[in-house]
Amino acid sequence: MALSIATRQLDGVTILDLSGRITLGEGSVQLRDAIRDLISKGDKHILLSLGDVNYIDSSGLGELVSAFTTAKNQNADVKLLNLTKKVKDVLQVTKLYTVFDIYDDEAHAIGSFK
Amino acid sequence: MDSVAEVEAAAERMTQAAGMDEDEGFRVAMAVREAAVNAVLHGNGYDPSKQISASFENNGKSLIITIADEGEGLDPEKIPDPLAPENLLRGTGRGIFLIRSFLDEVHFRQLHPGTELTLVKHLSPAADHPQHADAPQDLDTK
Repeated sequence: MALSIATRQLDGVTILDLSGRITLGEGSVQLRDAIRDLISKGDKHILLSLGDVNYIDSSGLGELVSAFTTAKNQNADVKLLNLTKKVKDVLQVTKLYTVFDIYDDEAHAIGSFK
Repeated sequence: MDSVAEVEAAAERMTQAAGMDEDEGFRVAMAVREAAVNAVLHGNGYDPSKQISASFENNGKSLIITIADEGEGLDPEKIPDPLAPENLLRGTGRGIFLIRSFLDEVHFRQLHPGTELTLVKHLSPAADHPQHADAPQDLDTK
């Protein structure tokens, strides 16, 4: 299943609800384009909701890291919400779990940007 | 990338047939997929005239998967550690690390041309069902 991305705004935070796989090719490219689009529009608070992402590969991990560093370079923040067990497993193994701000609760995540 | 999906699906079937739990099966299938991606992308450089080959064997004690490409070869010693602080925020370079993390043994062999990875996952006693031991299955795909 390819990646689908739905965008919504809440309290000054842009939330991307991702669903599917973030893998080499389509999923990674979609995520990269979506993040770059938001940052180019001046969005500073971006929350990636990953509750329906059931698979991420090394390329997808690379896109998450690139999103994080691209945002930092533009004084923006990319944070993660609702990791599935499989995605959490891969982030922990690669030590990226320590890099990102990760939340289980949407309200708490939104509040963290203030 | 069709060949990658084909190899990944074969790995999933293999882990299910071996009675692995979902988490372990996911890790094995992911490692096999990463190896196939490496073979197509970094090994063969997306050259459609080059093939990757994959074989799958369950000997009752271990799952043994072999992935080979026809590329210029790979020196595993030269792969940077993605956990090193200076590499942690790099956008690439985690594939081989994930393969090594999720499997019990990873062996590299230079084929001149090409690289062959042999991936081994030992079966736990609970999943060790000799009746599921299969004859080796081969996939040759572009």
